[in-house]
Amino acid sequence: MDLLRWGRSPWGEWVLTHVSWSLFWASLFAGVLFFVAHASYMLFSAHRKRTSAETDALEAQFKNLPPKIERHNLSARLFHWIMAAAMFVLLFTAFLPIAGVKFAWVQWHWIAGLVLIASILFHIVHATFFLDFWSIWVGPKDIPELKAEMLREFGHDVPGPKSGKYPLGNRLYHLAIVFAGLGASITGALMIPRIRTGLVARNPYYLSDATWGITYVTHGLAGVGLVGLVIAHVYFAVRPEKWWITKSMILGFITRRQYLEHHEPSRWPVEAKSSDAKSAGRA
Amino acid sequence: MAVIRDVMPVFELYQPASIDDAIKLLDKHGADALVLAGGLDSMDWLKDRLKKPKAVVDLGAIKELKGVKELNGGLEIGAMTPLTEVVKHPMVRDKFSLLMEAAELVASPQIRNQGTIGGNVSQDTRCWYYRGGWTCYRAGGNICYADTPTAVNREHAIFDADRCVAVNPSDTAPALLALDASMVIRGPKGERIVPAEEYWIGPGIDITRMNVLAPNEILTAIRIPSTMAGAQFYFEKVRDRQVWDFPLVNVASAMVVSGDKIDKIRLVVNAVAATPRRLKNVETAVVGKTRNEETADMAGKMAVEGAQTLRHNAYKVPLMRNLVKRAIRGGAGATWTS
Repeated sequence: MDLLRWGRSPWGEWVLTHVSWSLFWASLFAGVLFFVAHASYMLFSAHRKRTSAETDALEAQFKNLPPKIERHNLSARLFHWIMAAAMFVLLFTAFLPIAGVKFAWVQWHWIAGLVLIASILFHIVHATFFLDFWSIWVGPKDIPELKAEMLREFGHDVPGPKSGKYPLGNRLYHLAIVFAGLGASITGALMIPRIRTGLVARNPYYLSDATWGITYVTHGLAGVGLVGLVIAHVYFAVRPEKWWITKSMILGFITRRQYLEHHEPSRWPVEAKSSDAKSAGRA
Repeated sequence: MAVIRDVMPVFELYQPASIDDAIKLLDKHGADALVLAGGLDSMDWLKDRLKKPKAVVDLGAIKELKGVKELNGGLEIGAMTPLTEVVKHPMVRDKFSLLMEAAELVASPQIRNQGTIGGNVSQDTRCWYYRGGWTCYRAGGNICYADTPTAVNREHAIFDADRCVAVNPSDTAPALLALDASMVIRGPKGERIVPAEEYWIGPGIDITRMNVLAPNEILTAIRIPSTMAGAQFYFEKVRDRQVWDFPLVNVASAMVVSGDKIDKIRLVVNAVAATPRRLKNVETAVVGKTRNEETADMAGKMAVEGAQTLRHNAYKVPLMRNLVKRAIRGGAGATWTS
């Protein structure tokens, strides 16, 4: 199976044109296989939250925390859902025609692409200046958590560190989506002058044929990668033990108990109700 | 670029004697097969070595695909019926002379003797970048060489371009659409009948195909209902030379008139988009109106609304406007405006 497709430029050179759309089926298959395998595993796996006794003790310690703890503010939630809608439109318009459902997809695709780019730009500014920027990234500081999580996955009762605001898996997923999303968005933006949008003057020659080939291949690889990533994301969003996170993306908050069950107060400090009370993580 | 050679690439030639056998072969070979009707389009592809099918399925030996017969007051024309036979058939001449006129203007007498009506309506586009072997969108690439600032695009689309700006070059297609024809298609799952309006597809739907035929399907017949039998017809084709040439623009209309009033009309223009373009807005606007210069003028102006020209094809706008005007007015003695 050829993973890349080549064409002949007017100057007789072989240039890349696309990725093979077999990769779309491979990504779809990988996504489905992952959720089947994970769901099967989870049937026999215990939930990894704190025990009731441990959480009760923490509740007693942090009794001045508000009953509802904000996890995602309104701007963050709006960004998430607008981006999700744009992503679904992009994936369906890109891949349904490949799967045999024929319709005029280009206009829907580029409009959704612009919405996605706008939402990403908003997110970058919002996360950089108004949120805790580093809370979503992974780094050496996460090695203890990674070790603890791995041991828990293998059935060990490990007291080690819980996650900060975002679980490790969540942050690793974010990293993957950053690469795939930016890859698709940047190359997609480059393609805008190739089609009739009415927004910019058409000029398909502003990059060389070889550069266009790399652009299209990157766009294709990012696109097929997003298929698998989105399947995984939706799967985790609807899993019963993760529903409290999904709900927080709708309502914006989690309960105090959920906060104490799943998070490490020292890694995600939350302000107490009144200024004289002890804040979680800042005791 | 394509280099024409005398020797075609190697392929297996199949000459089935029945439609069922042809479909079995196409189903077996899938996208590796090429359907051969009259061969006038296919041979170019083969000689240019731009298509290298593993199998060529020649439909020439299938008798049930040939001939014209009456069907419920209308006609059923086998897809492999030569254009000359269509032109000469008495019922075509009597009741559906629009098709006769269109078929008679296809290419040259020799080509009409060999070319079939099924091949004429299903032929590939003539975009010379595409047929030159360049890896454009339609050929599976990622660019339309005809839609660039330096492109030579005199023959290309002024409507409905979606990345690709190639046009449908058929003369019989607009006539059949004006006659409200249906296409009979057979495949492994049986027969399906597709209205002519849905037979041709633009690049927005599928950039690599001109019609709805799947690789394992064949067009077996074209049915023309009696709806427009004996109506007032108009067909005009403008081309660079007066024989053996594809249309720059052509127009076909079938009109039912009471006195001076237009009761009913189907109006189609081709070679301005990737599919024959039925002008429904013009049809609606002229129904009930008097067939005169004023109505024709209005129709011509309406017809070209929304046209988007390329670097070298702006002439198609006044050309199409005048052809539509002449089709509404009918008869001779048209005056050109630009």
